[in-house]
Amino acid sequence: MSDAAIVDGDSIRLSRSRLRRLHPLPVRLMHWTNAVVMIVMITSGWGIYDDSVIIKGLHFSGTYRLGGWAPESLQWHFAGMWLLMLNGLAYLVYGFAVGRFRERLLPIRISDILHTIRDTLRLKFAHDDITIYNGVQKVLYIVAILAGVVQVVTGFAIWKPVQLSWLVSLFGGFQGARITHFAGMAILVGFLIVHVALALIVPRTIWAMLTGGPRLPKEQKP
Amino acid sequence: MMKSLFRPRTVPGKQVLDDHHALVASIERRGLLRGGLSLGALTMLTGCDVGRPEAVESALQSISSFNDGVQAFLFDPNKLAPTYPESMVLKPPTFNAYYDVADVKPIDGASWRLELAGLIADKKPWSGAQIATLPETDMIIRHVCVEGWDYIGQWSGVRLRTFLERVGADLKARYVVFQTADNYPSIIDMATALHPQTLLATKYAKEILPDLYGYPLRLRMATKLGYKNPKWITAIEVTNSYKPGYWEQKGFNFFGGI
Repeated sequence: MSDAAIVDGDSIRLSRSRLRRLHPLPVRLMHWTNAVVMIVMITSGWGIYDDSVIIKGLHFSGTYRLGGWAPESLQWHFAGMWLLMLNGLAYLVYGFAVGRFRERLLPIRISDILHTIRDTLRLKFAHDDITIYNGVQKVLYIVAILAGVVQVVTGFAIWKPVQLSWLVSLFGGFQGARITHFAGMAILVGFLIVHVALALIVPRTIWAMLTGGPRLPKEQKP
Repeated sequence: MMKSLFRPRTVPGKQVLDDHHALVASIERRGLLRGGLSLGALTMLTGCDVGRPEAVESALQSISSFNDGVQAFLFDPNKLAPTYPESMVLKPPTFNAYYDVADVKPIDGASWRLELAGLIADKKPWSGAQIATLPETDMIIRHVCVEGWDYIGQWSGVRLRTFLERVGADLKARYVVFQTADNYPSIIDMATALHPQTLLATKYAKEILPDLYGYPLRLRMATKLGYKNPKWITAIEVTNSYKPGYWEQKGFNFFGGI
């Protein structure tokens, strides 16, 4: 076990003021903002997608689209993008500045990942301690963060393929950028399904993201 | 050139605007706030037939206008769109309009005239033959549709800038407006009108423009989405007042730049 010291009953000699929450307030605010804006972006994106599909036969039912038709979906998408970018940028700056990424998401050990996969296949979900992320969890969070970055970059590329033609060529042309944008969406939707399913299996995690969760010692050497 | 980033779609008369400036400003701000607050709630209702409350509608419209300003800022008048070799030109080009290809009504080139209006010194109409005497520019560029599809096309014709200079248009005006035979009013910003890759096209792939693609005259801009390019043009007006085009009236973005 790492020294990501969990505070159990015995070891609390620290005063409460020296403790911090698993999910400090800024993280909670950014998480729920992101939750809303991601749903706006994904569902409005489906509305835009439907007029010129990438995968033949793949349509998104009107039930799941934000916006009655293309101009409305476009308006949502191009409004949501500002919130997505600002919130995402704040999250990245915060994550690096206070060392949250390093503390929560590193290190990643192959043995840990294999162990988690083995347990999961045996339907054993070890979630006694929600302050420690297992290897698979860490990888998934990193993938989701990177996918979010890719969505912003490819989004700019397909919004401004002339003004940012250098960016478009990074993705092998306009359609390359568009397909990458679509793939990024697919990865995020996949993440969302797993993320929500696991949160529902361990509802304590939802409560923690609402109220802050367990208290951790203030000083923690990663 | 954009006076306000939150410029409304349809601009009331100047006098009215000045008289009620403070009131209008406060209403718009409140709309944006209300829209922001209900945005979260509305996402939960995705899929239900909620329609769009007016506050949401106007908030989204305000952001779309804000995005017009951002796009005008991002637009570099000296940046040229990538061009491609002739071997990549799609023949014939992709047909697109707000109606079916069968409903295209061909224009008689002999009797056709291009009317001029607004802030233009010499408003005498132009015939096809007269336009053909103007210097011709050729460009092979990518057409990007707002729907997501694209193709490479070769367009020839006179630069809109050359034409506007020739007729003595006020190049400091804000907009150039187009009327078309298929009732597809269009409006573009002056900066884009003056871009070297903005043509009044008369040819596709070196042949006279076919009926389906806008004969005898259409606009072709390398720096705008497809829907911004009117075909079968009958009149050009240079103006400072904003008149939303066919798609802008339906909620599509005014600037539509790429």
